[in-house]
Amino acid sequence: MALLQIHEPGETPLPHEDERQIAVGIDLGTTNSVVAISRDEKPEVLRDKSGGNAIVPSVVYYGEDTPVVGEAARDHINTDASRVVSSVKRLMGRGIEDVKSLAGTLPYDVEVPEKSDDDGAGPMMVRLNVGNRVLTPVEVSADILRALRTRAEESLDQPVEKAVITVPAYFDDGARTATKDAATLAGIEVLRLVNEPTAAALAYGLDNGAEGLYAVYDLGGGTFDISLLKMQKGVFQVKATGGDAALGGDDFDHAIAEHLLALRKDGGATDALDASDAKRLLKTARKVKEGLTDSDAVEVAVDLNGTKTTHSVTRSDFEAMIAKLVSRTTAITEQVLDDADVLPEDVKGVVLVGGSTRVPAVRKAVADLFEQEPLSNIDPDEVVALGAALQAEALTGGSDNLLLDVTPLSLGLETMGGIVEKVIDRNTPIPVAKGQEFTTYQDGQSAMMIHVVQGEREMVDQCRSLARFALTGIPSMAAGAARIRVQFNVDADGLLTVSAREETTGVEQEVAVKPTYGINEVDMANMLRDSMVHAREDMLMRLLTEARVEAKRNILAVQAAMDADHALLTPEDDKSINDAIAKLEAAMGGDDRDVINDAAEALENASRPFAESRMDSRIRQALTGQNVDAVN
Amino acid sequence: MSNTGTEDTGTMKHPAHKVCWSCKGPVEASALFCDTCNAIQAPGQLDHFKRFGLERSFVVDIDAVEATYLKQQQKLHPDRFASKSPREQALSSQQAASLNEAFETLKNPVARAHYMLRLAGVEPEGGGGHTVNDPELLMEAMEMREALDDADNRMTVDAMIKDTRKQARACENNLADAFAKDAFDTAKKLTTRLRYLMKMTEEARAKKSRLAAA
Repeated sequence: MALLQIHEPGETPLPHEDERQIAVGIDLGTTNSVVAISRDEKPEVLRDKSGGNAIVPSVVYYGEDTPVVGEAARDHINTDASRVVSSVKRLMGRGIEDVKSLAGTLPYDVEVPEKSDDDGAGPMMVRLNVGNRVLTPVEVSADILRALRTRAEESLDQPVEKAVITVPAYFDDGARTATKDAATLAGIEVLRLVNEPTAAALAYGLDNGAEGLYAVYDLGGGTFDISLLKMQKGVFQVKATGGDAALGGDDFDHAIAEHLLALRKDGGATDALDASDAKRLLKTARKVKEGLTDSDAVEVAVDLNGTKTTHSVTRSDFEAMIAKLVSRTTAITEQVLDDADVLPEDVKGVVLVGGSTRVPAVRKAVADLFEQEPLSNIDPDEVVALGAALQAEALTGGSDNLLLDVTPLSLGLETMGGIVEKVIDRNTPIPVAKGQEFTTYQDGQSAMMIHVVQGEREMVDQCRSLARFALTGIPSMAAGAARIRVQFNVDADGLLTVSAREETTGVEQEVAVKPTYGINEVDMANMLRDSMVHAREDMLMRLLTEARVEAKRNILAVQAAMDADHALLTPEDDKSINDAIAKLEAAMGGDDRDVINDAAEALENASRPFAESRMDSRIRQALTGQNVDAVN
Repeated sequence: MSNTGTEDTGTMKHPAHKVCWSCKGPVEASALFCDTCNAIQAPGQLDHFKRFGLERSFVVDIDAVEATYLKQQQKLHPDRFASKSPREQALSSQQAASLNEAFETLKNPVARAHYMLRLAGVEPEGGGGHTVNDPELLMEAMEMREALDDADNRMTVDAMIKDTRKQARACENNLADAFAKDAFDTAKKLTTRLRYLMKMTEEARAKKSRLAAA
């Protein structure tokens, strides 16, 4: 008998080496983005051509030509501010109700398109008016991702089509889907969406192999996240997460900008700011903030409306301005500790992530809360991308470590009276599949509205609406007689699919919860095609690769069976199976997917008699009381 | 049994075996992976205890269960199947979800008790509009809530948390006895009580953090 190739369960051999493409880790941030690669569990950030900066500002300039991303786009703020888009992450997957709450904090015009009948089930995503273009946040994010992909390809000197992309743990379903769509537009296959704090912990924890409970405090440009992670036996478990999707260093900049305006007003200046002035003032404010990290006071010149003034801002001025913002983060942190039933002193280490954790007042608040100095030996701007790169390597090349993530927010359904019935509680480990049964409340009711919401509040209108759809065709029954099972599935990326089924008749409906972009699905498909010249080829290539992977698995499975039950193999079957394998292998060498699939089917037919006799043999053994395990 | 009757349906008449979807050979119904071709299998309808190789009992060694859970997730989680075929990815997702559900249920004493009651065909009280029919318990809960409202310092609340926890532990011990004796009516009553005690602990903890913030 031939020697068996032994693999651990779930670790059957990887596809051909040439099919093992390189995968990068991308931190798609509100203010800054970073791309990194990991080889042999050693991650490194990818720098620009001159080997300089790892950070790509998440800023896009839409001039007459192709969009410009990064530092170069930021330079246009002084000359052509209305065509510069920044902080677009705040709008990902967001609809009209969110924009109201963000009103005045965004440096560009947003509009919410009229909802038409053929739009999808989710809330309508906003659009931006930039110069003479109308853009969705997804398109802007795609431009940033494209620039990161180009940087990676230039730096690695090979094509890059796969990535792990990080999102704030607090990102809801719409924002996650929007991020994935942006990647698709940029020609990137998302291997996994990973929560930013988890990625940061990954970058820190694994070398140390330190078991215990860790807190990750992540204050970026636009979002705040706090996560509690437990590390044991090579598994990272997210125990609880919390945060605020609209709180970050940008707010610090706003506070300084307002302070400067107030100082000018005291000095008699009246400033009516246009969009361009506001952007320049914010840029100045950011410089002040950064200066105050190392200095106790910063002198600043403000030149607006032809009046130039100079001011001094001290660190304690700044700390007073942001005190409320900082204490909001510590209050959320305490809530998360409470949720997990953990005391600050139980936490073994605190990891700092995000550029805003450079602010001394933030560091001090964190240190006071946890009664320990936080860890910060990895650059807080790079740590997330480094962790994402590690995870990308783990997903493509295998790893001894595993991330177990949770749902950041509760998922539920609207019931009578606008009350939310929770189906999946927040902080439930994913993937998760959960169902709940509902019934009709009227005699002869033939349809039921399914309204899916996300959030912690009791009432529907205080939660985020994710999708609405109707289960129709319920047969006429008395009120309360129908049994409607609504099933929620959240996959490992944290994306939700909801299906509803009437149990007595099997009437069924399913929706993947997707945000809509104010354009219908056909337009979206066109957009995808336009932006990717090779979209069709890419898709065919993917299908071909899949067919090859599947064929390879098929051959290995049949060969394993032939080795295991050689005695049951008739010479005729042996020959016909081997012939079919040879033909399939030949087909795999070509690039016609249909030929591969046909040959795979032929192999299945050829091996059927053998499979049946294996099955019969096993059953006979079982029936004669022989233990199957003893035979193997 | 005729050897032409074995259609590729995934289930066999003999309950201990099914057909492996990958190599089409026999595989034990509860196996995670095919012992012939290593392909991941569908999770099947195992009860949460069996999924962890345990006898059905209210007394659970959670540390041991967690160790098994982590070991199994290492093998079954979708991250382990990122470069596999869509079918294997889907099966891994189902396996990981079943494992998560089983672990979440066994980990939490109230969820565990509810689950055991349902396995025994007894519908637990409370939740889903069912009313609780235990005036004594309702009275006790009302008094606890009033005391919590009146509490104005962390020490008092701390003492209350300690007390409800002690009561919860005693209640869990009684539940274990009741389930061991198949006394499901008693178990049902105790389960409702445990649920209340857990809720009170939670409310007390929320009150404590409100007091701390003030």
